Amino acid sequence: MYSLLVPSFCAINKLSSALFQGGNYIFEFDSFADRDICREFVAAAIAFHGETGKSTSEKPAAALQDEQLSTAEMEHRIKLLQEDNELQRLHKQFVIGGILTEAEFWATRKKLLDQNDRRKPKQRVALKNEMWSVKPLSDGQSNRVTFNLTPEIIHQIFAEKPAVRQAYLKFVPNKMSEKEFWTKYSRAEYLHSTKNVVAAAAEAAEDEELAVFLKQDDMLTNEARRKIRRVDPTLDMEADVGDDYMHLPDHGLLREESKDVLDSQYEPYRRYFSQDLNQHAAVVLQGRVVDVELGDTRSVAEALARTKQAELANEVSDGNLEKDLSHRISRVAEIEDLQGPRDLAVAPLCIKDPRDYFDSQQANALKPLGDAGSGVKTLKFNVSSVEAYGSLRELISEIRVTGLSEPITDPEVAFKVLSGLTQNISSTKYHLGKSPHESILDSLPKVTKEDLLHHWTSIQELLKHFWSSYPITTKYLYTKVTRLKDAMSQVYPKLQEIKESVQSDFRHQVSLLVQPMLQALDAAFAHYDADVQKRSAKSGERPNGFM
Amino acid sequence: MYLHQVPTNFFDIFPDDVSLLMVLIDTNPFFWNSINTSLSFSKFISNVLAFLNSILLLNQLNQVVVIATGYNSCDYIFDSSALQNHNQKGESLLQKLEEFVDKDESLCRDDSVDGPGFSLLSGSLSMALCYIQKVFRSGPLHPRPRILCLHGSPDGPGQYVAIMNAIFSAQRSMVPIDSCIIGAQHSAFLQQASYITSGIYLKPQLLDGLFQYLTTVFATDLHSRSFLQLPKPVGVDFRAACFCHKNTIDMGYICSVCLSIFCKHHKKCSTCGSVFGQAQTQDSSTPDRKRKTSVDN
Repeated sequence: MYSLLVPSFCAINKLSSALFQGGNYIFEFDSFADRDICREFVAAAIAFHGETGKSTSEKPAAALQDEQLSTAEMEHRIKLLQEDNELQRLHKQFVIGGILTEAEFWATRKKLLDQNDRRKPKQRVALKNEMWSVKPLSDGQSNRVTFNLTPEIIHQIFAEKPAVRQAYLKFVPNKMSEKEFWTKYSRAEYLHSTKNVVAAAAEAAEDEELAVFLKQDDMLTNEARRKIRRVDPTLDMEADVGDDYMHLPDHGLLREESKDVLDSQYEPYRRYFSQDLNQHAAVVLQGRVVDVELGDTRSVAEALARTKQAELANEVSDGNLEKDLSHRISRVAEIEDLQGPRDLAVAPLCIKDPRDYFDSQQANALKPLGDAGSGVKTLKFNVSSVEAYGSLRELISEIRVTGLSEPITDPEVAFKVLSGLTQNISSTKYHLGKSPHESILDSLPKVTKEDLLHHWTSIQELLKHFWSSYPITTKYLYTKVTRLKDAMSQVYPKLQEIKESVQSDFRHQVSLLVQPMLQALDAAFAHYDADVQKRSAKSGERPNGFM
Repeated sequence: MYLHQVPTNFFDIFPDDVSLLMVLIDTNPFFWNSINTSLSFSKFISNVLAFLNSILLLNQLNQVVVIATGYNSCDYIFDSSALQNHNQKGESLLQKLEEFVDKDESLCRDDSVDGPGFSLLSGSLSMALCYIQKVFRSGPLHPRPRILCLHGSPDGPGQYVAIMNAIFSAQRSMVPIDSCIIGAQHSAFLQQASYITSGIYLKPQLLDGLFQYLTTVFATDLHSRSFLQLPKPVGVDFRAACFCHKNTIDMGYICSVCLSIFCKHHKKCSTCGSVFGQAQTQDSSTPDRKRKTSVDN
């Protein structure tokens, strides 16, 4: 499936830049999913290329390239839409309705899309740690020894032995076939396993290609030398429990090196176990460097060769490394006593008096309660504390003397109060529900409530895209804003409809609810109009403007 | 919506209508001196005394505690559960009140004060809550507490944080704070307090009939409130005000560091000093949207 999609995307990318100057094209697809995806792109590409000049042709191509949707992602999106009704409604309204593109719709919902990806296991399979994976199976009867080489093993061989890799690239398929190559390699391995260095030297002298496998790997030694030069001298080499040399000589591995002194001519054919072990360990710890399918040996070899070359190039070009290293050394191994005082640049903390803030909040909160003035007037004059306290004391003693008055309240006043309270309570009860936390929405019929809430979320979505498109710098944003504006202007009559569909006693509440939505839309339109005006004023100055 | 929504079956847990009423009376002398109405302090106190008596009559186990909110200090001036001669309640309250006023005067450092001044509401709220906590820990059977603030002085902005802390702690302990405003202007703090703790906020229109208001609305115990209709405010306006002009705004600019709100573009935040990024060279930069609905959902 994936391979089917990839050519289509490549095709469209190639098409997009050269193509849309005319002509009709017919695309054939294997499945509806493919067709839908391609339809999106083609529609988008047509929209872009219909009006742009050359300057913006890169952007749509880039945008198309970003849209590499695999079927898995498409399925994931469909699943998300199925799970969330609200999201589906919005999607249907905007994307299918042509107001927003698919990309724009999902651009703000990256979190949702990412969530699923995390469920897939992100573990990568590492290289095997077996060193002697190429074990010959010897047939007890005949003299034949068989080696089984799987692509995995081949990958490991190429990773650990760069000489073999290089030989492969050089010899196959020019000098010998792959089978011959591996036969020779296996022969070399067999010779090594017999630990007969002399025999190895003899055979190497005869067969040039075999010699490559039998000799020590020059590339490896070069690499090792390079690495040594780059070792960080501040590395802490303190021995720990794993470096136990006392109780387990050679870490429990058999000593393989023979103690006989050989002629110098045989030296190159000697294999050192410790070298092999170190190289193997280094490769395994590095992990999978290339991510190529293991079927094709040649491509694996090439890919590995490429990465090695890239590494080498990086090292060479990175001349700063030595400087950085010396800097780091001086930093890490510094002697504290000899360091000067260090000034940490910190911005001074400046927090305003919170009282200023709360003053404003108070004025704000009191506004809806309406003006005071229920017969209580405040006289602002300067009172001395003595006087104030004195009068208070007087009043208290007055009560003590006179006691409670009889009746405590004038009955007419009491009656007025009672009826006033009753009226207040009964009027607010039907309008606002029983508790201040109950909302009007709950008292509306369900359809109306859902409609209102849906309008609210869709207005938010529209406004989100609208405001994020400013300031308008490209044609694409301009068309997007126009699209959004048209969609927004269609909301007004819908809201009006809702208002009229509600019963008359709720109408006021509903209009209160709807008001902030209308305000938000009005603000957006005001901004749009102002922007258009400014543009038309400026277009005299900039004849080569984006429009 | 607030953090601890009162569970719907709360009122089924304690079917009793025994209540512990903490009354916080405003004894700020500058406030009482500055108002010029039918309600003098003496009339106020007599209304309150009658009200306290009626509370104690409603149920034998009812308790009343009165805390005076002064200008410089706060103190308990009456506790009905303290053993004393039952006929002398009013006397002892007034006596203690006088002593409190004397003490408050002695603590006074200002020679004169402009206008009504601020009373220490945060202090008395805290004292009330401490007393309530003590009652909670006294045993499994205790009356249900609530707080009634008879407040008239304007809100002291310096006490905002302390009052909000008290409000949240009352909310946590499920203690409603009722507010009866006897002053000239509404109190934003108490409005919030009553809203958050699901108490009642009322500013009486006719202060002559204060007693009637008190007995109709504020004498209701918590159990009865589940089926009684009580006056409710229209709703709290949570919209913010801009820091530069103190105007309420619906859309504005927000500093991403300290969240201060401005109604127009500034180069630098005046609260935290962080420099705002350059506006786009073209016409208008995108203002951040900030919306709050005035009807709570």
